[in-house]
Amino acid sequence: MILSQYRSHLVKFQSLIALVLLCIGIGLLSDKFFTVDNGWNVMRQISVNICISVGMTLVVLTGGIDLSVGSVLAIGGAIAAGLLKFGIEIPSGNLYIGFTLLGSILGGLAIGSLLGLFNGWTITKFKVPPFVATLAMLTIARGLTMLYTKGFPISNLGDSFAYIGTGWFIGIPVPVWISAIVVVVAIIITQKTALGRYIYAIGGNEHASKLSGINISKVKIIVYGIAGMLAAIGGIIITSRLDSAQPNAGMSYELDAIAAVVIGGTSLSGGRGTIMGTVLGALIIGVLNNGLVLLNVSPFWQQVVKGGVILLAVIIDKANSKND
Amino acid sequence: MLAAHHISKKFSGVTALDDINLELPAGNVTAIIGENGAGKSTLMKILSGVYDDYEGDVIYKGSKVRFKNPREAQNAGIAIIHQELNLIPYLSITENLFLGRELKSPIGFLDKKAMRLKAEALLQKLKLSVPADTIIADLKVGQQQVVEIAKALLYDAEVIIMDEPTSAISESEVEILYGIITDLRKENKAVVYISHKLNELFKIADNYIVLRDGRTIESGKMKGMTHDDIIHKMVGRDIDIIRNTNIAKEKNVLLKVDNLCLGKAGNTQKNILNNICFELYKGEILGIFGLMGAGRTELMEVLLGLHPDLTKATITLDKNIVRFKSAKDAIQAGMALVPEDRKKDGLILGLDIKTNISLSSIDQHASTGLIDRGAELTKAHHYIKALRIKTTSEKQTVKNLSGGNQQKVVIAKCLATKPKVLMLDEPTRGIDINAKNEIYKLISELAASGLGIIMVSSELPEILAISDRILVMAEGCMTGEFEAANATEDNLLKAAIPKTI
Repeated sequence: MILSQYRSHLVKFQSLIALVLLCIGIGLLSDKFFTVDNGWNVMRQISVNICISVGMTLVVLTGGIDLSVGSVLAIGGAIAAGLLKFGIEIPSGNLYIGFTLLGSILGGLAIGSLLGLFNGWTITKFKVPPFVATLAMLTIARGLTMLYTKGFPISNLGDSFAYIGTGWFIGIPVPVWISAIVVVVAIIITQKTALGRYIYAIGGNEHASKLSGINISKVKIIVYGIAGMLAAIGGIIITSRLDSAQPNAGMSYELDAIAAVVIGGTSLSGGRGTIMGTVLGALIIGVLNNGLVLLNVSPFWQQVVKGGVILLAVIIDKANSKND
Repeated sequence: MLAAHHISKKFSGVTALDDINLELPAGNVTAIIGENGAGKSTLMKILSGVYDDYEGDVIYKGSKVRFKNPREAQNAGIAIIHQELNLIPYLSITENLFLGRELKSPIGFLDKKAMRLKAEALLQKLKLSVPADTIIADLKVGQQQVVEIAKALLYDAEVIIMDEPTSAISESEVEILYGIITDLRKENKAVVYISHKLNELFKIADNYIVLRDGRTIESGKMKGMTHDDIIHKMVGRDIDIIRNTNIAKEKNVLLKVDNLCLGKAGNTQKNILNNICFELYKGEILGIFGLMGAGRTELMEVLLGLHPDLTKATITLDKNIVRFKSAKDAIQAGMALVPEDRKKDGLILGLDIKTNISLSSIDQHASTGLIDRGAELTKAHHYIKALRIKTTSEKQTVKNLSGGNQQKVVIAKCLATKPKVLMLDEPTRGIDINAKNEIYKLISELAASGLGIIMVSSELPEILAISDRILVMAEGCMTGEFEAANATEDNLLKAAIPKTI
């Protein structure tokens, strides 16, 4: 009992220890690493991945996976940008609806949530495996983005929109605020609400959860909806930072999100893991990316190193769960 | 041909087989008879090489053998046909027959022609008139059973063990199976036949061996035996449980089930459950007895709101007619189920006791949206104390609890929903005798507090000892109802044994 708690603490701190060692190592090799500017730079860079990874964590905790987040990110950003810049024009009805900043952001979030809910619906209603359902959505959402943007970026979105991705608030970059709020809300959901309880229960034993009277479909649909919405938040941050909604934004971001989740110690078979773990996982990936750039490591080697870290994390995790 | 002397086998301290002796002569069909849990499967697994850590000797063709794995036993000539079919559905008959022992041409490619010829010869011998390259999934279940037999014969098996071979096949297919067995007998093979259906055994077996509680009770010739003789040998064990004394004084109907039918998905012909009718009184312990496959577990599932699309029934709970569309509905109405397989269906093994206990009732503590941790903890403490769950803390992961304590956690989870009817499916399976007595005591206490209890069990002594009334099921139908005073092991078992083959 005490031993298992001790071990679970060790496992919890394992990624933290890895992160600290990583920082020290890079700091020793590069004097540019431990600077305030670089610190905020890293935080800003990972804020998008944190948003996506948090959603991914919830999905993975239920025993599922969401491969569509990169594409949903793109369409969320594109819709927000498009609504802000062009509004909705219906020539036949001679109708034009303009959007305020808030309206366009809500529009982007709505489309992300909607696509996520659709994922959850196909997965629960038609028993499509999550891998396949979200793989299909990856393509569908990307295609919809291309259709909406006609393949061109939507740029010049104005200063107030740019504030989301580039601004500062009380000495901290706005994207970092956003990702921090996302993390706090997700921690509250997972640790303090019945929904969070159900997420862990379903991932731990879906059938027993069903027999315990939990509405499995409802929980899963909500979770995929949240994942979609968080992807759209990520999309809006990126769009704002670049002052441009790119039709090919967020390509292969799902892989970084899964990597953060896995490095953070969440079991891909569900039921085990934490939001804080994922945040640490995202930090490790962010610091690693940043450090390798600062050290002038070739981008090709960066990929190899990142893959190696993911593999190592899972191997350590497996060894730990075997000890349980 | 094959003999076993003084075989004993323990599973983590629990004795499964105790000094078993048996002889399987060539050219004979030997029936192995016993209740669920008597040790039949364990014994067969030893003979077929699944377990190699047992005491005693297995003598095969006059010399001592100890098979390390099923492959070794197969190569020696002992084949087992399991209750569940072990075929790969999307491979052909030939490919399945030769799986793992494919014939190869001199340069290492598959010798498909040789395999097909051999397969065809076998199928002809077994009178299965389908092409050898038919995909298994396209065969009827009975035909698949024949393919399993062919697989056994391919290795020139001398001893063929059939475990409940007729559980999944139709009557005409059973006749074909008998034909095959008769042929095997003529070829001087030793056949072992395990079945709950006594009628079958009288038709096909030469000898019998009765197992009970892991011991050989008697063996002899089948000829001259009657149904009642065999049943009498199967049962007749005593267990010291204090007989339930708090039989409900007044009979207030709590639950009334009328004409409950459960259809089979994708099959409109045959029902899993047929016209089940019964009543449950407040404060009563209603035992439901039946052999494997009688439909007991399915009945519990239906009463918990599972399979709503396949169910037809009128259920009255506390004078209200209820319809359950999901387990959630049923639990909210006041039903609760302690499932048969607690690890698979009852618990989230990786989570702690507290979380498991509150799993079904967390809504009660989350009216504001956030979980009231204090209330949850109080509840956990209450049940840990009330049910005497042995643990150091409510934060203990349930995976690390003993079977009996795990079962108590499941019961606590059910009680936390404040049920009116508590259903327990094989509540003492796989837990030791002390824990069993604890559970019995708990069940009696709960009934005394006014709950209606339905307890499914295939253990006769158990069901006789603690039930106020006993219903017997066979093949999806109710086949008997006994007041505790009139129930005996003999008449329960008689009602439970399927009449059709």
